[in-house]
Amino acid sequence: MTPTAYLHCLVGIGAREWRRFVQQRSRFFSALVRPLLWLVVFAAGFRAVLGVSIMAPYDTYILYEVYITPGLCCMILLFNGMQGSLSMVYDREMGSMKVLLMSPLPRPFLLLCKVLAIALVSLVQVYAFLGIAWLYGIQPPAMGLLTALPALLLVAMMLGCLGLLLANGIRQLENFAGVMNFVIFPLFFLSSALYPLWKMREAGPWLYWLCAHNPFTQGVELVRFALYRELAAAPLAWCLGLTLVFALLAVLTFDPRRGLWRRPAGA
Amino acid sequence: MNGDTRSLPMLEAIGLGHRYGPRQALEGVDLRLERGVFHALVGPNGAGKSTLIGLITGLLALQRGTLHLDGLSLPAHPRAARRRLGVVFQQPTLDLELSVRQNLLYHAALHGLGRRQARRRCAEELARVGLAERADDRVRRLNGGHRRRLEIARALLHEPRLLVLDEPSVGLDVASRASLNDHVRALCHERGVSVLWTTHLLDEIRHDDPVVMLGGGRVLAQGPSRQLCRRTGSDSLPEAYARLAALEETPA
Repeated sequence: MTPTAYLHCLVGIGAREWRRFVQQRSRFFSALVRPLLWLVVFAAGFRAVLGVSIMAPYDTYILYEVYITPGLCCMILLFNGMQGSLSMVYDREMGSMKVLLMSPLPRPFLLLCKVLAIALVSLVQVYAFLGIAWLYGIQPPAMGLLTALPALLLVAMMLGCLGLLLANGIRQLENFAGVMNFVIFPLFFLSSALYPLWKMREAGPWLYWLCAHNPFTQGVELVRFALYRELAAAPLAWCLGLTLVFALLAVLTFDPRRGLWRRPAGA
Repeated sequence: MNGDTRSLPMLEAIGLGHRYGPRQALEGVDLRLERGVFHALVGPNGAGKSTLIGLITGLLALQRGTLHLDGLSLPAHPRAARRRLGVVFQQPTLDLELSVRQNLLYHAALHGLGRRQARRRCAEELARVGLAERADDRVRRLNGGHRRRLEIARALLHEPRLLVLDEPSVGLDVASRASLNDHVRALCHERGVSVLWTTHLLDEIRHDDPVVMLGGGRVLAQGPSRQLCRRTGSDSLPEAYARLAALEETPA
């Protein structure tokens, strides 16, 4: 297999993900509506309650809407990463995973191509959201939209690999509800997406500890600083490291048999 | 590994054994598939057909025995073996929302084919299965027989040497079944592709087809259909199968 074969494969997996996305307009719509509701309804309502003082990377007092925008971008990545994991469980049950696994290219490569494809499709949604937010009045520096791109891609990869890792542990489609309750909600609410960490410290030391060590917090902070043309070194290191760990674990725990053949009881 | 592999059998399995926990699904299975020949693998549900297919396609890990595909040892060279293998799975695996061509291009990409080559191969295979005019239709709009044909076209895109079909005729009407069967036989003659066709519908098998009969995870008999009938003193393959299965159940 030549290097171009790998490239053709990557492009093919990406193209399929894109076509499926275009065909499921409702998915795009709901991916956009969710963060917009948070922005327009939740944030507007809480604007009065939660004052956000001057803090890096912002150099003035900011509206609460401005504060939560990076977190909402990451929320899109979070939902899509997990939905991607759902689609892999679905693929396994529907058999199209078998088609992927009959490729002569190495399986870790195939799986990571799939995660990357999902990540790239998510980025389109994030920028659509940022576009609408811009019209709504949330206008980060124009260059920031560009510098945020690699940060968003890294966070999408991190969450996608986490999703794949979880998908390996899920036996059936229905368990996705459990993923919502026990993964998505805690990751999102116990992070700096909605409230700055110092506010969490006021609420309690253990809550602060959980939020500070949440991978999602690292992702949100990386994107927040990147959106204002600043590099957050510690979150970057965290995200890089976690992406590698999640990717490695996901590839190692991937078992092609699961879902393809029924396991007898007790096995 | 190097040199001419044409004198080797297309696939050779010796002493395959497989268990799921405490349940022995396959035991002591020997199998030999020749080049350019249509082989039938028959047996009732639970005979071990799907496990055997799983081992050949590499979706199940080899537990006991050896398996060589085109002279390549399967655990040692899984990727090279997958390149020589085309598979039509029992469950449909097409993307219903994508078009016929998009499904094929996706598969071509998975096999590392470049865009131009992929388009050429798609056109060739679609013309072959008579679906050239449906290339831009969504797969959802095709009937069951056409979907199966499309899956065969897809499995052949990367020009494999062995085509494995796991119960391809399930759910098709009599006419579609017959035409699918004829189509696959033509592939053997015209292109020298080896075929392993699993079925429990014995009327799909012809007198001179080499047949492998599986029952209870073992090979009950192997050989040309006509010979199996003669050996068991049966008039037909279903009768021969019933006798062999009964023999197996009788304690020695």
